[in-house]
Amino acid sequence: MAFLTNFYAFLFYFAAFVLVAGLVFKIVQYSRTPAPLKIPTTPAPTTRSGVVFRMMREVVLFESLFRGNKWTWIFGWMFHFGLFMVTLRHLRYFMEPVPFPIELVQPFGIYGGLAMIVGLAGLWSRRFFVDRVKYITSTSDHLILGLLILIGCSGLLMKFVFHTDVVEIKTFFLGLYSFDIKPLPGDPLLLLHLFLVASLMIIFPYSKLLHAPGLFFSPTRNQVDNPREQRHIAPWAKRLDQP
Amino acid sequence: MAKATFEVPELSQYTEVPPVTPGTMAHSAPFKSKDEWQDALGFPGELPEDWQARAIDKMGDLLGKYRSLRVYMDSCVKCGACTDKCHYFLGTKDPKNMPVGRQDLMRKVYRRYFTLAGRFFPKLVGAEDFTKEVLDDWYSYFHQCSQCRRCSVFCPYGIDTAEISMAAREIMDSIGVGQKYCNEIIAKVYRIGNNLGLPGPALEDTLEGLEEDVFDETGVKVRYPLDEEGAEILLVTPSADFFAEPHVDGLIGYGKVFHEAGVSWTMSSYASEAANFGMFIGSYANMRRLAQRIREAAIKLKVKRIVFGECGHAWRVAYSFLNTLAGPWDFLDPRYPVPQHICEFTYDLIQKGKLNLDKSENDDKVLTFHDSCNVARASRMGSTPGGQFEIPRAILKATCNNFYDMDEDTIRDRTFCCGGGGGLLTDDLMEIRVKGAKPRLDALNNVMQEKGVTHMAAICAICKSQFTKVLPYYGMEMDQIVSLHQLVSNALVLTPGEDDEEPDEDDDLDKNDNDEETDEAA
Ligand code: HEM
Ligand code: SF4
Ligand code: SF4
Repeated sequence: MAFLTNFYAFLFYFAAFVLVAGLVFKIVQYSRTPAPLKIPTTPAPTTRSGVVFRMMREVVLFESLFRGNKWTWIFGWMFHFGLFMVTLRHLRYFMEPVPFPIELVQPFGIYGGLAMIVGLAGLWSRRFFVDRVKYITSTSDHLILGLLILIGCSGLLMKFVFHTDVVEIKTFFLGLYSFDIKPLPGDPLLLLHLFLVASLMIIFPYSKLLHAPGLFFSPTRNQVDNPREQRHIAPWAKRLDQP
Repeated sequence: MAKATFEVPELSQYTEVPPVTPGTMAHSAPFKSKDEWQDALGFPGELPEDWQARAIDKMGDLLGKYRSLRVYMDSCVKCGACTDKCHYFLGTKDPKNMPVGRQDLMRKVYRRYFTLAGRFFPKLVGAEDFTKEVLDDWYSYFHQCSQCRRCSVFCPYGIDTAEISMAAREIMDSIGVGQKYCNEIIAKVYRIGNNLGLPGPALEDTLEGLEEDVFDETGVKVRYPLDEEGAEILLVTPSADFFAEPHVDGLIGYGKVFHEAGVSWTMSSYASEAANFGMFIGSYANMRRLAQRIREAAIKLKVKRIVFGECGHAWRVAYSFLNTLAGPWDFLDPRYPVPQHICEFTYDLIQKGKLNLDKSENDDKVLTFHDSCNVARASRMGSTPGGQFEIPRAILKATCNNFYDMDEDTIRDRTFCCGGGGGLLTDDLMEIRVKGAKPRLDALNNVMQEKGVTHMAAICAICKSQFTKVLPYYGMEMDQIVSLHQLVSNALVLTPGEDDEEPDEDDDLDKNDNDEETDEAA
């Protein structure tokens, strides 16, 4: 048991490190790369606050996707909103005391888990049944969907069928904060669930999951439409101006 | 009627999404650029021995210079929302013409050389070496994108395939694989001043001819000045406006509008081209060099304002990039935006009641309006978002009694490209041009059947040339495409100057004569 506990402790330190370092690296890279030209997809907001509003609609409602494809939107939104609820619900394992809003969200987390799986199943089926989507799908796209579904299913099974000792799990994770490694329950389902989650954290910064930070840096969505009013010029382009 | 060596798609009431059929357009590729043009643009003339390494280097360079490219390479989740949005896919069924299919041609190379996953597990993530076959695919399919940005409207991350096509063309140019049409034209602008290679004296002749024509027709002396120092306005317009049909009717219209506004204006022989093909090939340096000509002309002619004629990609570069590329414009009159679109100019006059418009002059037509892709999705007119849709329509409604919009899904920011944009307006790409026009023509055909529409107005030189050429393939008439300012020109009742004679009564009746001549042209 001690070996498993130590292995998982190490795994989560590693996964958290890769996730955070990888994301920080990517975010720094994106923000350091200039956007030399004004390319918002118009009609676009003409003010900063307008852009914030546009971005919020994209993040919360998936506005462009809604205009693009209703089925993908329904399944995609169910999945993400479900994932969001599930993530909120899980925060109780990582905080002591548990804040009131997180307590409140607990039952919704369960529905979120179900929605997430239905959404993922819908998205996955498109990859088989819509010829255009099938054409653009690569193995990694299947694997990521499989990974998320497995995470969802193993989680729900623990909730509804094979219960595990959540108090002990919480102790394990809270212990990690202070490098005090506490025993982890040895249920196979839990170990699978945690292993998959750690894998997800590790691949996050190296895969298409970068769409999450990417959206915020997309020039077609985050630029203000004011090129005539304000001269926009990148540092590398400015050098061309000096003879 | 033009003869086709390929199958022209049949129009349908609504554009249907075709089944994926790989490889239908793999044979399509434009003529290659030659040494002399490559050289004029600062690119090598031939594929060097170590082209692969150089191309990867160039890609790295662009990834560091363009956030769009960097973010778009990483972010696509293969959701498929863009797959049925490109007119070239809808017209050809070729999956490499789906926006994401096109992007993936570059993305697989990006993943192979610039990502950990692609370096270690290429098969898993669809990464591939940059081989000669991949390069050939690039040349073929990155010249089947008109950079119309329709895909970017529907992508949840706003991934703009145009950005990727531009980068791909820049990379190919950097290893000597350039496209003849674009690069020859840019070289021509450097040498002569415009895309068509019309030298100053030829322009002068043409403009004199226009003055005579307009006088004969209306009895009013309307001026079409060239290189007049001290004029208030510099008009920069696509060179097709100088002689092509129906473009020139638009130019006639601009002149009449300026005449009625009572402002002095001029064109420039040095900057006699609004279209900036530097954008098509994704070359910031060339785009900048072309734009600087406008700055130089404005300074030399001591103008106070700059107005652009009807052209889509040109307006994108003008509206969105001109300040960046050739600004700041602090020496011009700060009361006006720099630059202004001729439609903004005309619309202002209409708003102020300064134009006397007789709509019945256009009663022989039932009109619809084609939103040109780059005006619609890459620029604006007026001070509020969406002005680029409302202002041209307001002008149409002020000049015509019969106007109907096409299907909502195919206009405004969801408009379909004409099929000839982005450097594809060349005879060696006729097949992709004809097939790519299908979605737009489906919608046009629909309003022709249902509303009796006879003509489609456009505000882009490329759209006008493309439709003139492509409409006959679908059994329509080439002169069904008209310039917006041609309609203004028809409807505008001119104010005679002091030395003008009263126009003959029946002159008005002959006004549409020149429409008919176009049947014989080309
Ligand atoms: C800012 C936060 C995020 C936004 C705005 C966002 C948005 C989107 C959108 C619009 C799609 C396309 C539609 C779809 O296929 O569902 C998508 C796909 C996807 N997202 Fe997210 N997402 C976010 C965060 C995340 C996170 C944290 C994860 C995972 C752990 C994730 C996993 C996925 C996956 C796997 C897909 C592809 C689904 C498929 O293969 O069809 N997303 N996302
Ligand atoms: S920019 Fe236009 S032509 Fe190019 S892929 Fe997107 S929709 Fe197609
Ligand atoms: S819509 Fe955007 S994210 Fe979806 S497949 Fe197309 S490019 Fe990729």
